[in-house]
Amino acid sequence: MRSLAAILLVALPIAGLAGDRPARYAGLPGGTFQSALRYEDAKGGVKVEPFAMMRKPVTNVEFLAFLKRHPQWQRDKVPKVFAEPRYLSHWASPTGLGKNAQPGQPVVWVSWFAASAYCESLGARLPRWNEWEYAAAADETRTDARKDPAWRERILTWYSRPSNEGLPRAGLQAANAYGVHDLHGLVWEWTDDHASMLVDADNRKQGDPETARFCGAGALSMDDRENYAVLMRVAMLSSLQASDATANMGFRCARSAP
Amino acid sequence: MSLRSLFLLAALACSALAIAQPPKARPLPGDSVYQLALPLTTQDARTVDWRSLRGKVRLVSMFYTSCQYICPLIVESGKAVERQLTPAQQARLGVLLISMDPARDGPAALSAVATKRKLDAARWTLASPRKDDVRKVAGVLGIRYRLLADGEFNHTSALILLDAEGRIIARTETIGSKPDPEFVAAVREVTSR
Repeated sequence: MRSLAAILLVALPIAGLAGDRPARYAGLPGGTFQSALRYEDAKGGVKVEPFAMMRKPVTNVEFLAFLKRHPQWQRDKVPKVFAEPRYLSHWASPTGLGKNAQPGQPVVWVSWFAASAYCESLGARLPRWNEWEYAAAADETRTDARKDPAWRERILTWYSRPSNEGLPRAGLQAANAYGVHDLHGLVWEWTDDHASMLVDADNRKQGDPETARFCGAGALSMDDRENYAVLMRVAMLSSLQASDATANMGFRCARSAP
Repeated sequence: MSLRSLFLLAALACSALAIAQPPKARPLPGDSVYQLALPLTTQDARTVDWRSLRGKVRLVSMFYTSCQYICPLIVESGKAVERQLTPAQQARLGVLLISMDPARDGPAALSAVATKRKLDAARWTLASPRKDDVRKVAGVLGIRYRLLADGEFNHTSALILLDAEGRIIARTETIGSKPDPEFVAAVREVTSR
């Protein structure tokens, strides 16, 4: 018994330091991927390198553990430039979840900066858009289910559900073919490069030749206009500043293959 | 010592303290972009954290040196704003151009632009962040960019005005030799204080 306690004493701090078991991530092989976005510079498809992605979005209790280790990200301490006033506003207190934030629900009301800091604290990063889109193209059995009207319909049903009901817990939906849960049907998710979404909402300004909003090849457009799931994600990500937080925006982390 | 002279002494000590206090000792405002730790390598190969730029009004933008089209216009826009200022106002304004392409924009590439465009090194700083910090600095400045397959970037071209504490007080996306009058008014105002 005493030796068991001793083992626990040794093992626990190490587990605590690692903070992060390998099983938390699923490995994805990558490859050439046809995005629903039309990239003028990558018409043959985008190249996705092998990477690992968290199986589930980060939950409230996981984010709370991070805040205890990194108090500068608590809502009463974080500088406004990194997180708007509504950051974690649904929590009962800066380090207390309360009834509107169940431990197993995905954390929402987080800014891009806070999400990035969480992933960095684990030696990880936010997924890139290409990685997220690639992973989210899969359903339970196929790595690319996007052409299936039934699958599209299912995703759209989620978008049409009212968002004022409480969020389900992370990980309740079946895993996709890569072993990743909840890419659809739970929350929106930050990507590392959300600010690379140069969707030009400013066409109305085009009469003004002095306004050169984008340097280079111009704004993105959709290649697959039927893919509303992606279209809505892109519209959301392209409209947010890195300090913004919303009631449905969460995140998960990713890692490049070593 | 009378109560009054004690009072006077205390008042004196306080005002002396207030003078002795360097501006950096004041807490940084929460909405200052300098909340972000950002080591920059400049055109003269120095590495400084951009928080050392606190204390002076700055005109900031992001660019990259190999850009053929809009980026030279960003430099031109900065110069155009400067031309609208009195010498005294000019002396109170620093210009900081941050590269979004640190892999290629080392000190040599940056100083080549400074030389070619005849930028006054006393007022203009061209600098590159570390690779992993580019998204973060773009995030605090509200600049969006995407690296293209051919090595070019798509990006929003904005001029951003920071007060001495690093708070964004004006921005414009009007780029070129005819500056945005509202933006120029904001620069004049803050450099006249």
